[in-house]
Amino acid sequence: MSKLLAWIDDRFPLTELWESQWGKYIAPKNFNFWYYFGSLAAFVLVLQIVTGIFLTMNYKPDATKAFDSVEYIMRDVPWGWLIRYMHSTGASMFFVVVYLHMFRGLMYGSYRKPRELIWIFGCFIYLALMAEAFFGYLLPWGQMSYWGAQVIVNLFSSIPLIGPDLALWIRGDYTISDVTLNRFFAFHVIALPLVLLGLVAAHLMALHEVGSNNPDGVDVKHQPIDPKTGLPLDGIYSHPYYTIKDIVGVIGFLIVFSLVVFFLPEMGGYFLEANNFVPANPLQTPVHIAPVWYFTPYYAMLRAVPSFLGTQVWGVLVMGASVLIFFALPWLDRGKVKSIRYRGTLYKTWLTIFVVCFLILGYLGVVPVTVWGQFSDGFPFYGADKATVVSRVLTVFYFLFFLLMPWYTVRDKTKPEPTRVTWK
Amino acid sequence: MRARILTACVALAAAFAASTPALAEGDGLRMIPAPAHRLDDASLQRGARDFVNYCMGCHSAKYMRYNRLTEIGLTEDQIKNNLMFGDAKIGDTMTIAMSPVEAKGWFGNAPPDLSVIARVRGNEWLYNYLLGFYRDDKSATGWNNLVFHNVGMPHVLWQLQGTRVLKETEFEEYPKAVAAAIAARTLTSLEQAPGGKYVLTTLEMQTPGTMNEQEYGEFAADLVNYLDFIAEPAKNQRIRLGMLVVLFLGVLFILAYLTKRDYWSELH
Repeated sequence: MSKLLAWIDDRFPLTELWESQWGKYIAPKNFNFWYYFGSLAAFVLVLQIVTGIFLTMNYKPDATKAFDSVEYIMRDVPWGWLIRYMHSTGASMFFVVVYLHMFRGLMYGSYRKPRELIWIFGCFIYLALMAEAFFGYLLPWGQMSYWGAQVIVNLFSSIPLIGPDLALWIRGDYTISDVTLNRFFAFHVIALPLVLLGLVAAHLMALHEVGSNNPDGVDVKHQPIDPKTGLPLDGIYSHPYYTIKDIVGVIGFLIVFSLVVFFLPEMGGYFLEANNFVPANPLQTPVHIAPVWYFTPYYAMLRAVPSFLGTQVWGVLVMGASVLIFFALPWLDRGKVKSIRYRGTLYKTWLTIFVVCFLILGYLGVVPVTVWGQFSDGFPFYGADKATVVSRVLTVFYFLFFLLMPWYTVRDKTKPEPTRVTWK
Repeated sequence: MRARILTACVALAAAFAASTPALAEGDGLRMIPAPAHRLDDASLQRGARDFVNYCMGCHSAKYMRYNRLTEIGLTEDQIKNNLMFGDAKIGDTMTIAMSPVEAKGWFGNAPPDLSVIARVRGNEWLYNYLLGFYRDDKSATGWNNLVFHNVGMPHVLWQLQGTRVLKETEFEEYPKAVAAAIAARTLTSLEQAPGGKYVLTTLEMQTPGTMNEQEYGEFAADLVNYLDFIAEPAKNQRIRLGMLVVLFLGVLFILAYLTKRDYWSELH
């Protein structure tokens, strides 16, 4: 065995790759609960690819057959229902895991120097994941698939001058049609998975180059070497310590995942929408079109922005900006410390505001704008939908979290960062 | 500064509270839960019989194969002899002869395929829909439905249920209207009428059918149970397997956790 390994190592840096990327990668020993979600995201990615391959074997990307083929998978393909539920649940769980992973980054300042590129690769992964989810959602060819795609592609047509042509170019037709389904299938099963895998590789290589952040924000990589272990004072090898710890995480995740797959595959209409069991009908617009839950904060912002100067492009711009602004985070944060443990009240307050905004916007994106009724007489917002007004306020605060960051992080009364991690 | 923010918050909260009560007061349809149960094979078998006899004249279940009815305790011979009428084979799906194009001409809309209707509408909706038909001289078919207003489908089960008509009762106060709705113990609709009154709509028997109210309720429940089964035939298998999977993962989790604790105990 070792002879074989030596033979390979002479020709390909197998051992070197393993050791630099995981085996001898030195990680801080104080990772907490929030640090499970990185490895879980990688796990879900693999799960989606594997289940996706099996779905592709039985799915037909054809407007006349797509819906039927999904039902065929659910009924006639051995274990097809399980594979399909794993894939549909996996899509939502991917976003759950990624949102928690990103929140970890916000809490502990994992985007700060020298980890800017890790963060930027991560933002690209998030964008690619959104595109992957959007393209994939058309494939079951139900009413929500169809009209969701119709709404999102139509957003592009609000762009001045090139808009209508751009939307036509994306669809390949004047409405969402068989042509669109075929190209979305190609993007979903080939183009974006390739992009995602490449980005994930870059994300991990960048991480293993600069070393992991941790809940204390201590730079473990440049700590003095412990003579007993030959490692930095607070560093341990990923293998076997984080290998076994992440396995525990994966099994814990699988328990939650299985509870959904086996007992709540529709998750009350949030993971699989009831209307998507109606085949796509281009002649019948559903009364209420809502995107899947993971897009709803952005959808709420889109709806909140009024049109003026005769165009609705502003909502689209705000929605785009609300995602892209994550890229700027490493340069907006000027705090003296990385971790929330040593930040002052200002940052903690703003992060809380941000999370609350995101969650309420997410809720408002699911429900119709009339959900809370209208303001009555005698108030400045007379006749306006309450939900719309609230969405506008929350959208403003969502952006203020980012835009005011250069000021409140500097003014914040921080505590000094320790030189050693706090552990046990 | 702080005082001003507080004032703004209070003003905003007041604006919220003072708004019109909107629709919240008259809460529309009040449906009753469907008594269906997925493990009741007898009910599923009755539902299959009734589906084939009463629904399949117009509605297909084109994703549902006849031989999957073996999963609700029927043998292939029983299925062939009792539930299949044309020259269909046991492995065929439950299709019908009526063409959607002609059906559209007759009903204004082709009767939908019912394979996954339970996943679209939910059991409760379907159950109440089957209970919700009433006579309406203004509609094209002479029928209307409390749950699905102006539905294209006539009440094909009228001989069983009998004919019913709308009955509207006015209430001055909301709590009394709600109390009456609850006391009715059946499908009702509660709306706010102009002038601050509340109108409770119930269905009243005009001509009784061959079944009494309870029998028809059970008939509808069997059908809904069956529709729920064909919407996802793997459901029972899914839930049974799920318990084993979660149990297995639970044990695995404990073992993995102990292993992890063992490894990490070396660290200081």
